[in-house]
Amino acid sequence: MDKCNTPLPLAGGAGGGPVADAPANPADSPSPNPSRKREGDRTEGDEPAVTLDAFLDSQTNATAVRLEAGDDARALLPYLDRIALVEVSFPTFRDGRGYSAARVLREAGYTGELRAQGDVLVDQMPLMKRCGFDSFAPQAEIDPATLEAALTRYENVYQKAADGRVPVWALRHG
Amino acid sequence: MYKYDQYDQQIVDARVEEFRDQVKRRLAGQITEDQFKPLRLMNGLYLQLHAYMLRVAIPYGTLDSRQMRMLATIARKYDRGYGHFTTRQNIQYNWIKLSDAPDILADLATVEMHAIQTSGNCIRNISSDQYAGAAADEVADPRIWAELLRQWSTFHPEFSYLPRKFKIAVIGAEEDRAAMRLHDIGIQLVKRDGVLGGRIYVGGGMGRTPMIAPEIKDFVTADDLLSYVEACLRVYNRYGRRDNIYKARIKILIHEIGADDYRRQVEEEFAHVKSLGLDPPKAEFERITAMFAPPSFVAADTPATPFVSSEVETPASATGVSTALEANGDFQAWRAQNTAAHKQPGYAIVTISLKPTGGIPGDATAEQIDLMADLAERYSFDELRVTHAQNIVLPHVRKADLYAVWQALDAAGLAPANLDLISDIIACPGLDYCSLANARSIPVAQKIATRFADQNRQRDLGELKLKISGCINACGHHHAGHIGILGVDKKGTENYQLLLGGSGAEDTSLAKITGPGFDEDGIVDAVETVTNVYLAKRAEGERFLDTYRRVGMEPFKEALYG
Ligand code: SF4
Repeated sequence: MDKCNTPLPLAGGAGGGPVADAPANPADSPSPNPSRKREGDRTEGDEPAVTLDAFLDSQTNATAVRLEAGDDARALLPYLDRIALVEVSFPTFRDGRGYSAARVLREAGYTGELRAQGDVLVDQMPLMKRCGFDSFAPQAEIDPATLEAALTRYENVYQKAADGRVPVWALRHG
Repeated sequence: MYKYDQYDQQIVDARVEEFRDQVKRRLAGQITEDQFKPLRLMNGLYLQLHAYMLRVAIPYGTLDSRQMRMLATIARKYDRGYGHFTTRQNIQYNWIKLSDAPDILADLATVEMHAIQTSGNCIRNISSDQYAGAAADEVADPRIWAELLRQWSTFHPEFSYLPRKFKIAVIGAEEDRAAMRLHDIGIQLVKRDGVLGGRIYVGGGMGRTPMIAPEIKDFVTADDLLSYVEACLRVYNRYGRRDNIYKARIKILIHEIGADDYRRQVEEEFAHVKSLGLDPPKAEFERITAMFAPPSFVAADTPATPFVSSEVETPASATGVSTALEANGDFQAWRAQNTAAHKQPGYAIVTISLKPTGGIPGDATAEQIDLMADLAERYSFDELRVTHAQNIVLPHVRKADLYAVWQALDAAGLAPANLDLISDIIACPGLDYCSLANARSIPVAQKIATRFADQNRQRDLGELKLKISGCINACGHHHAGHIGILGVDKKGTENYQLLLGGSGAEDTSLAKITGPGFDEDGIVDAVETVTNVYLAKRAEGERFLDTYRRVGMEPFKEALYG
């Protein structure tokens, strides 16, 4: 039970940063409101994420920041070395700004945990992983077998992204 | 033509399995229709008024006979024996069962085809000049760049949930046959000091707020192409509005912040993105280029085998045939209207019109699709193109073979000699199929084509691009019509607005509304009225569009409402 609020980590996530020691079974982590529930049950080093405004205004010693969909991730770039968790909100799966936020952070060298929270659906997770997310706090339950299939389905990718996968053009020209 | 290697094939095969799984989960009720919608849309599957519609991608409008035959097979096996070629150089099937969709994709994958990103808020199928690789006025083959972009945009991890759909066109000639500046990104290949590059336009589009894309960058080489468009998209994804779908296209962003500010932000992002090594090496560009090498044309004076045309120096014994051909007025008219100059002497570019009088623009039966495939295989180095004007092109036909091609087309009802004439109408599916429509497009197109059925009259009117959309979404490109027609809903009845003066060519302009709308018969009369004004006012050598630009809207208004 005490594991059920912990976000779902992703094996082999990008960035090489610390990955929360969450359960391997994603079905254990459904949580209608994970950001609230997580407070009582934090993994080591975790703390409630502060808003970007709060972080920039007064709490620059916080180590966990939450980005809303409209926030500009570039504001965090000067502080990346002291942040351990960035939680990016997906208010609806249709709002794709968080994908760019993740790329921006990873490209700037951020190695901490990068968590997608909110309306995160299984069919979006492979793309999120490619953009550098390495943990997930989906609102709705995710079927582990479906997730496993989604994450391993594509043997090849066309683009270089934030997950270190080798694009097809590099395979072609070794 | 581009051919898949093992990697391309694996990706498309994986997509089939992914979609099969998604459909299975949907049919089992594991995902809601709301959650399924973006997934099926990214596979080109729309729910229309009567059934599902599947839109199959034809990257940059190029396909071979094997692929074309598969399109016919799908029409027979899963639809009602026909398909509809679209203004996005794709094909749509209007009567699809959801449960069949995975099998259709599997069939398509056997011929290196798919429906990836033919709809949804992602980067759509890349469009291009239908004369690419054949046009006499071409700097370079735009399909090489389009293919680079196709691969880059396929399942792009960052840009699959954009604020809105995103369309990219690449052209390689001065003449714009792809409405390049009416795309979210338009790229025109140019040479500068012997180096090939692309001029980048961003923020064009039709829809409810039509805009012509401003130039954002005068020169980007192929080495920087993907980084540059990545930067363009990232700035858009960061700022593009999500609060109002009518304001979500990149044209609105650029309109709001201005081209200069957008350019500055793109340049800043590009400087960063370029350091990430996202661009493939030259070897990849060369690999793709090799696949678009010109076919092995034969010299112009080689005698033709199947038929002998008047163009070729003919042996004495064949002179009789040649004279007979000269005498065939229908063939000559078709040849004059539906063929274009080819860069290779002795060859021509043939456009097969899918606009017979009274027909549905862009529709072709399975039998017609098969026939066009046969002709491509026999006479056009196995290549076909789909045009944004909903016609089919045989890009490389020997002039000596034109008569044979025409005969075969004519026998199949595919030889209307009306390319770019008033009956070569672009029309969206409209209220006959589309759930967003305000009015029907197809019957209006049919009535206009019938009104102007007289060939001599059409030819006398000359180039006249008439485009019809069934609603403000402008899939029928009415903003870019010399004459545009827009279906609107007027107190529950179908009503049509008339627009004049648009162009999707290199002299891009947006058409203007004449005034109050018309009912279905009234709009046909109104079209006739404006053509009469043109005939009365035209100066020597002027097209309808030229006369409109010279004399302005007033005389047309006067005749319509005065
Ligand atoms: S223009 Fe409107 S009616 Fe026509 S196809 Fe597009 S959305 Fe449908």
